[in-house]
Amino acid sequence: MQDVENIVNGQKLFQKPEYQEVLANKKQFEGAMGAVNPAKVEEISEWTKTWDYREKNLAREAITVNPAKACQPLGAIMAGLGFENTMPYVHGSHGCVAYFRSYFTRHFKEPTPCVSDSMSESAAVFGGLANMKDGLRNCNAMYKPDHIAVSTTCMAEVIGDDLNAFITGAREEAEGELDDLPITYAHTPSFVGSHITGYDNMMKSMLEQLNPTKDQKVVEEGRINIIPGFEPYLGSLAEVKEIAGMFSDKIHMLGDHEAQWNTGAGGYSLYAGGTPMDIAKTAINAEATISLQKYSTVQTAKTIKNKWKQGYETCNPIGLAGTDAFVMKLAELTGKEVPEELKAQRGQLVDAMQDSYPYMHGKKFAIYGDPDFLLGLVSFIVEMGGIPTHVLCHNAPRKGWEDDMKAIIAKSQWAEDCQIWPGKDLWHLRSLLFTEPVDFMIGNVYGKELYRDTGTPLIRIGFPIFDRHHLHRYSMSGYKGALNLLTWITNSVLDQLDEETKDIAKTDYFFDCVR
Amino acid sequence: MGPETLEALQKEAIEEVLEVYPAKAAKNRAKHLGVDTPEGVKGACDKTRSNKQTVPGVMSQRGCAYAGSKGVVWGPIKDMIHISHGPVGCGQYSRAGRRNYYIGTTGVDTFVTMNFTTDFSEKDIVFGGDKKLKKALEEIDELFPLNNGISIQSECPIGLIGDDISAVAKIHKKESSKPTVAVSCEGFRGVSQSLGHHIANDMIRDEVMPDAAARADFESTEYDVAIIGDYNIGGDAWATRILLEEIGLRVIAQWSGDASYRELAIAPKAKLNLLHCYRSMNYISRHMEQEFGIPWMEYNFFGPSKTTESLRKIAAFFDESIQKKAEEVIAKYTAMTDAVIAKYKPKLEGKQVMLYVGGLRPRHVIGAYEDLGMEVVGTGYEFAHGDDYKRTKDDIARSTLIYDDVNEYELEKFVKKLKPDLVAAGVKEKYVFQKMGLPFRQMHSWDYSGPYHGYDAFAVFAKDMDLAMNSPVWNHTTAPWDKEEVGA
Repeated sequence: MQDVENIVNGQKLFQKPEYQEVLANKKQFEGAMGAVNPAKVEEISEWTKTWDYREKNLAREAITVNPAKACQPLGAIMAGLGFENTMPYVHGSHGCVAYFRSYFTRHFKEPTPCVSDSMSESAAVFGGLANMKDGLRNCNAMYKPDHIAVSTTCMAEVIGDDLNAFITGAREEAEGELDDLPITYAHTPSFVGSHITGYDNMMKSMLEQLNPTKDQKVVEEGRINIIPGFEPYLGSLAEVKEIAGMFSDKIHMLGDHEAQWNTGAGGYSLYAGGTPMDIAKTAINAEATISLQKYSTVQTAKTIKNKWKQGYETCNPIGLAGTDAFVMKLAELTGKEVPEELKAQRGQLVDAMQDSYPYMHGKKFAIYGDPDFLLGLVSFIVEMGGIPTHVLCHNAPRKGWEDDMKAIIAKSQWAEDCQIWPGKDLWHLRSLLFTEPVDFMIGNVYGKELYRDTGTPLIRIGFPIFDRHHLHRYSMSGYKGALNLLTWITNSVLDQLDEETKDIAKTDYFFDCVR
Repeated sequence: MGPETLEALQKEAIEEVLEVYPAKAAKNRAKHLGVDTPEGVKGACDKTRSNKQTVPGVMSQRGCAYAGSKGVVWGPIKDMIHISHGPVGCGQYSRAGRRNYYIGTTGVDTFVTMNFTTDFSEKDIVFGGDKKLKKALEEIDELFPLNNGISIQSECPIGLIGDDISAVAKIHKKESSKPTVAVSCEGFRGVSQSLGHHIANDMIRDEVMPDAAARADFESTEYDVAIIGDYNIGGDAWATRILLEEIGLRVIAQWSGDASYRELAIAPKAKLNLLHCYRSMNYISRHMEQEFGIPWMEYNFFGPSKTTESLRKIAAFFDESIQKKAEEVIAKYTAMTDAVIAKYKPKLEGKQVMLYVGGLRPRHVIGAYEDLGMEVVGTGYEFAHGDDYKRTKDDIARSTLIYDDVNEYELEKFVKKLKPDLVAAGVKEKYVFQKMGLPFRQMHSWDYSGPYHGYDAFAVFAKDMDLAMNSPVWNHTTAPWDKEEVGA
C-alpha cells in the first residue's frame, strides 16, 4: 500500500512486495495455461544472438520489423510548416493526421498544426471531392491561413483523387472565399519512399506552384536560396541562417520551420515564423539554390535546375568537411571572403577535435537514420578517427546514396571494416550488433531497445527522439554544430568509461577525475 | 461564480465558437455542443449528437479504425504478433506510444512494443499484397517461434485494393496450427477509432471465442472473474488486479493489457466479466453474455469513492465471504486514501477542470477529481456514442459544457472563455495550453506516470494533479516587467 508520506508511481509501486506477488502469480498462471515456457524463452533468446539467426534474419523478404523510417505525408507537413501562415492540409482520413501531429509533438514538445478533410467510407466509394470542397472552406474560415499546402494519404492515392481538379472545383464553389488564397498541392502516397520523399514532393510542388514560369523570372543579383531538407534539429536551421547571414542578407531559407516548433510561453498562436510568402513566391529570381540535403530534395532539384534554369548546389554542413564545403560555396556564390568569425569558429572546432580525439579514435560505431543525416554523421566520425562499423539506412535511395557513402568511408583508415546496410531495419541491426558488436550506437529513440538487448550504449542523435528533452533545440550543422556532435559523442564515451570503471576495488582503474 | 453564471458563460462560449464556421459546418457542429446539469431534464447528455462524420478541414483529435483495433484492443495482447499490414507509417506512428505495460521478454515471447509491418511499396498496391502477407507470416514463425498467434491489422489500402487477407490467414492458421486473425480495420472505416474497437471485438468473437480447445482443460473456480477493457496503461490493470485478488476473487484474464492469447480464450470460463472501458469492449461482453451466459458488470476504479462503490457492487455479485473481505479491504485502503485526501484536498479544493479524452475517461475520472474537491466544468469524448453521453449524466455535478469530437479551435476557445485551473486532455493539446500558462495533464497515457486505477493509484493521481496545479513554473509565464504593481 502507498505510504502517504512517500507516494510513488508505478515505477516503484510495482516493486513493492505485494505487487511483486501479484505479478509473479500472473506469470505462474500464464505458465500453467501454457502461454509461456521459461526454458524455451532462454533457448530462443540465445539463438537470436547467433550467426545462424542473423542469416535467417537478413534473408527476410516480406516482413519489416522495427522500421527506421516513416511515410510521405509526415515530411510534406514539415515542408508546409516552413512557410509563413501556412496550414498543412492532408487530403485523407483524420486518423493519419492525428498520428502525424502526435509524432511531431512528441519529438519537439510543441503543438503541430495540420488539418485533414476526414475522408471515410463514402469518400472511398465516391472520391473525396465533397470533403475537399467543405474542408478547404472550413479550414480557411477557421484558421485564416495565407497559404494552404495540400498533401495526400495512401487512401486518397489508391482511389486516385485528382487534386488539381478538386481544388479548382472547391474554389469555384466557395463563393469567392478562396479566390485569393494560394493552395498548393502534392501527391504523397505513403507506399512510395519515406518521409523524406514527402518532404521533397511537397517542397517541389509548393515552389513550382507559387512561382511564375522561367520566362517571367527576373534574376536578382546575389540572391540565393537555401533549402534545409527534412531537418529535425531546429538549432541547425538557426545555425545555417547565421552562417549565411555573415555572407549576405540576400540569402533566404525556403522552408524555415525553426520558429514553428520553437514558440515561447505566454500564449499560443497557430503559426510562427516561416519563409515569408513574398520570398517563397519569388524564389525563382535567385541566382542559385543550395540544398543541404541531397536526398531529401531530389525532385525539387530537378525543378530548380531544369525548369527554373537556376544554379543548384548541394552541401551537407554536418562535420568539418561538410561545413567547410558549405562555407566555401557561400564564399564562391557571394564573391566574398570567408568572414573572420567563421575562420575563428573553424579553428576552435579543430582545436576541440584535437583535444578529444583519443576518445573517439578507433571506437566502433553503428549509426542509423535518414540518408543525408548519415552522410554528415559518418563523415564526422571518419574525421575523428572513429570506425563506422555499421551504417544502416532503412530509407536509402536506390540511386547514388550508397556510392556517396562508400566515398566517405573510403577516407577512413578502417574502410575495410565498415559495412553499409541500405534498406535494412532495426531488427536486422539487432543481429548485426550481436554478431559484430560495436562500442556505441548513434540514432533515434528506437535504439533504446537495442541498447537493452545488446548492451550497446546509445547516443541519441536523429529523429524521432521522444524520450529525451530538448536535444532538437541544438545544432548539429556548421562548426558550432560539429562541436555539439563532438561534445555529445565524446562525453558519452567518457560516461561509458566511468560506468565500466566505477566498481570500488574491482574495476576502478581508470576511474579518473582528470581527462 | 455561481452555477447560473457558469451556465450562461458556457452557453455563450458555444455561440461564440459557432460564429466562425461557414453555415453548413456551423449547423453541424451546433448539434455536438451543449450544456447539461444533473437536474436537467433533456440536456446535452441526452441530446448531443455523436459518432458522426467529423467536419472536414478542422483539426480533429480523433483517430481511425486501425488505431482502435491495433492501437487499443489487439496491440496489447503480448504473446501475439500484430502486423500493420500496408504502408510503413501507421505502425511507426502507433508504436509504443500507449504505455501498455507487460511482463515478458520482448522480441522472444512478447512483442507489444515492436512494430511489424509489410511495408507496402507501389508494386504491392498494383499487384496486391496477399503473397507478401503469406510470406511475412512464414518469416514471423521462423524468426519468432514463441509467438502464440498473429493478427493482421489492415491499413487503408488493403480494403481499397480488395486483398483477401482472411483467406491468407485461414491458410496460415491451418499450416501453423496457431491462431491467425485477419482484422479489416482500415482507417477509412467509420468516423473514428470507435469502429475499430467494434471490428476488433467482432474478430475476437469470430476467431478467439470459438477456440474451445484453448480453454478445454481449464479448471474454473467459483470466484473467477475477467477484467475487460483495461489496457494496463502505466500498470492500471495490475493496480486493479490486486484489489480483486484481495477481496478473494481470481482474475483469470486481462483484456487486453498484459494479456496472453489464452486469457482471451478462457474469459468465457469466468463467473463475471468486469467491464471498465465500456466503449471499447461492451460488444464482446454482450456477446459472451449471449453465447456463454457470462454476466457482465460495469465498474469504475478512478478515485476512492467510485472504487469503493464498485468493489461493493462487484462483491454483491458473490457470496458473503467475498462481501466481508471487500469491506475489510475497503476499510484498509480508506484509511490511506483519507490521508491522501487530507494531504492534497486543501491544495486543490475548488479548482476547476476541463476534460477531453476518449473511451470512458470523460465521465469515469470526474469522481476522482471530486474526491479531491475539484469540479469538472467541461467534458467531452473523441469517439463516444449516445449511450456514453447518457451515462455521463450520472457523473456531472453541476452545469457542465459538453462537447463531442471537439476540435483544436473549439477547445482553445472554450478554455479561454471558461478559464479552468487545469486542462486534462491529449498530447496534441498539451503544449497549446501549457504555453498559455495553464496546468495540463495528459490523460490518455497518464503523462508518463500512473497507474490511475484503484486505491494505490489514486495516491498517484492526487500527487500528479498537485504537481500539475501547484508547480512554480506556471508563475513564470508572465515576465516581471509585464506584471502589474511592479515594486508597489
